[in-house]
Amino acid sequence: MIALVIPLALTLFSLGILLNLYRLLIGPDITDRILALDTLMINSIAVIVLADIQMQLGILFEAAMLIALMGFVGTVAMTKYLLRGDVIE
Amino acid sequence: MNTLPWLLELIIALFILIGALVALLGSIGLARLPDFYMRLHGPTKASTLGVGCTLIGSLLYFSFLTEGISVQEAIITLFLFVTAPASAHMMAKAALHRRVRCVDKTLNVPWKDQ
Amino acid sequence: MSRLSFWVPRPLFSLFLAVLWLFMVNSFSVAQVILGIGLGLLIPFSTHRFWPEKSSLRHPLPLLRYFLVLLWDIICSNLIVARRIIGRTEHLSPGFITYPVSLEDEFAITLLASTISLTPGTVTTHYDTQARTLLIHVLHIDNEQALIDQIRTRYEQPLQEIFQ
Repeated sequence: MIALVIPLALTLFSLGILLNLYRLLIGPDITDRILALDTLMINSIAVIVLADIQMQLGILFEAAMLIALMGFVGTVAMTKYLLRGDVIE
Repeated sequence: MNTLPWLLELIIALFILIGALVALLGSIGLARLPDFYMRLHGPTKASTLGVGCTLIGSLLYFSFLTEGISVQEAIITLFLFVTAPASAHMMAKAALHRRVRCVDKTLNVPWKDQ
Repeated sequence: MSRLSFWVPRPLFSLFLAVLWLFMVNSFSVAQVILGIGLGLLIPFSTHRFWPEKSSLRHPLPLLRYFLVLLWDIICSNLIVARRIIGRTEHLSPGFITYPVSLEDEFAITLLASTISLTPGTVTTHYDTQARTLLIHVLHIDNEQALIDQIRTRYEQPLQEIFQ
């Protein structure tokens, strides 16, 4: 059952990532693009963990954790830049 | 590696599938809602919950398949739930600062009555 | 006592960091325990002067109940928002509301703002420190006053009891 569900879930997440890329391309304002990138990061965490199950590795959590951290820090840095015109005050 | 009982397999499959569907809903919201402030609602919550569900499924899978529990997914989930409101707040603040356009029917637009 | 609080400014946070480290490396060997405790002591000591005032957590047990209620609300209201996202967007009436905060503690206000952001349909966009109001964007407003009352009774009053 799991062998069936995981490709399906990967497909759904990939669709979601395509939608995020669409918003990243057209997004009228730069804040829309930041939001699209943030969502892309969150979706890619799930893709990494699912690929981990699919390939029976059990070692990709660190990658997922790093992407979670980098996504958050990147989002905050970009919004800080928009708010103040500077990343580090 | 040992095999899983079917009930556990069902629960894991449900977690992963529901998580994927909810996260896809968040992305659909991001793609089709009309203005930035409305788009903010989809990803920050639906995607967080969906990815959280998927990670819980993965946690159960690896905990029962190999010896010892794997708690790293729980940490990632917790981290996502803690950071999602913070990043949503930062993005909304940046958008308010730039006065990003919102749809005309929005009630009480904060910069119009000044 | 004051010397101890100089070296260990936040004992609970130190413990939290140590446990977090053990979970992160996913091993409970003696070396990792020692390293975790070392990090848990070092990080609060070297960063505590950048931190805001210590908040007083009076009742930890209602906080647990609060998180359970919050988890349930997140799941329930996600379904409602999912229907709104899929349905026709022309019927939605989005808007901003200002919510007057009566909480005193900074950490409690942070918690309230995060709660509002996590429950679907509402996002905290701004906190006005002078007027003590939260600016909230709502995906679909039916009744503004009812929403404010719901936030007050469901989230703010339990937080008021936990941190006072």
